Amino acid sequence: MALQSLDIKARSATTTPTPQARGAIPVAKLIDISKCIGCKACQVACMQWNDLRDEVGDNVGVYDNPADLTAQSWTVMRFSEVEVEQGRLEWLIRKDGCMHCADPGCLKACPAPGAIVQYANGIVDFHEEHCIGCGYCVTGCPFDIPRISKKDSKAYKCTLCSDRVAVGLEPACVKTCPTGAIVFGSKEDMIHHAEGRIADLKERGYANAGLYDPAGVGGTHVMYVLQHADQPQLYADLPKDPHISPLVALWKGVTKPLMSLGIGVAVLAGFFHYVTAGPKEVEEENETD
Amino acid sequence: MQVTRRQFFRICAAGVGSSSLAALGFAPGEALAGVRAFKLARASETRSTCPYCSVSCGLLVYSLGDKAKNAKSEIIHIEGDPDHPVNRGTLCPKGAGLLDLVHSENRLKYPEVRAPSSKEWKRISWDEAFDRIAKHMKADRDKNFITTNDQGVTVNRWNTTGLLASSAASNETGYLTVKVARGLGIVALDTQARI
Repeated sequence: MALQSLDIKARSATTTPTPQARGAIPVAKLIDISKCIGCKACQVACMQWNDLRDEVGDNVGVYDNPADLTAQSWTVMRFSEVEVEQGRLEWLIRKDGCMHCADPGCLKACPAPGAIVQYANGIVDFHEEHCIGCGYCVTGCPFDIPRISKKDSKAYKCTLCSDRVAVGLEPACVKTCPTGAIVFGSKEDMIHHAEGRIADLKERGYANAGLYDPAGVGGTHVMYVLQHADQPQLYADLPKDPHISPLVALWKGVTKPLMSLGIGVAVLAGFFHYVTAGPKEVEEENETD
Repeated sequence: MQVTRRQFFRICAAGVGSSSLAALGFAPGEALAGVRAFKLARASETRSTCPYCSVSCGLLVYSLGDKAKNAKSEIIHIEGDPDHPVNRGTLCPKGAGLLDLVHSENRLKYPEVRAPSSKEWKRISWDEAFDRIAKHMKADRDKNFITTNDQGVTVNRWNTTGLLASSAASNETGYLTVKVARGLGIVALDTQARI
């Protein structure tokens, strides 16, 4: 197992069971939106560590820069100006990027064996060398995260710095965050840390403060502390109840095994037809044509 | 090899059939995968200080190679120093992007001079640069040095030249900077942190 630096939980389009005997501590990144000042050090650190350099874009009139995730920008800050209460403007800044779902829609949708891998610690990683660039992961993702590169037509997204976590380091964005809005550790510790932050926010008048760890995708390994957990859509349309598209579930859940079964039946029927009815006899003059 | 029409069809059917079965998962691949190799495993790690503001965050500068005689070092990664008491590993967006400052085409790598009324920057040696600075300083100081004020009190001021010091200097460097500047009579002394 020389290739394997982290145990695998799931691998796209692979039916072989993965090794399950060894336990791994689930990790998580917690993003405390109430502490974020929108400095974008995480964006820079991400690009630096992952050897990415996006094109210098144009100002689109808001602070979002780049305006959207790209194959070269795996995380972006999304700035929302909202008036939750009349006369009280709030500037909500959400660090967008892969949520590392426990039930990853991208992995379910992916038809390329080994292009998407879920490690036992919860990280969902793309392996571009196996990617066929079909874009099913983009459709499968409830958070609209993966982006297809224009350079090589392969899908890219945040890896939660799986190469750093594999050697016992924290992700680059977590390390650089000057305000400590991003923290990293075991999922259990992160939930505990979030509880403290939520209690503090509630004391300061945010009655609906809470943790964003949506159950619809089995929980996530990137979680948010939200001041207004009852309205996640305030934060640049963070979905309230994300779930994998029913089309992906239907296609990969029901249709695919049925199709495989159908082809298997056709092969068997052909075989038995050959055994019972024998090969098709051809007239001598047709054969010599 | 002689292949009849019927044999050709059989070969085709067998090929398509078996590859379809394999594609449908009847020839499963191994469930293994590895993460991207950790790129700093044997890189040289050097402690440094961020050059931007007066906070002076600690840096870890990673360079290619182990400094062996035949290996040419090249900076490949910079991140915060977790042992540094100022930033404890964190860096702001400017500090986090230092690698591109190091490799920037616009980075000043040696002394340059633009002579009066010239549009061109000309490269000069460090010795020439120091001589030039010293000559200009001396000429300006000799011309504008004020020894006494209106009341006849000794002030020893040199008001026409200022000194901009490094914001990332240590206590000792700061002490020497002040000693040199004040010793010459410079009043306008500041660090670049306030720009």
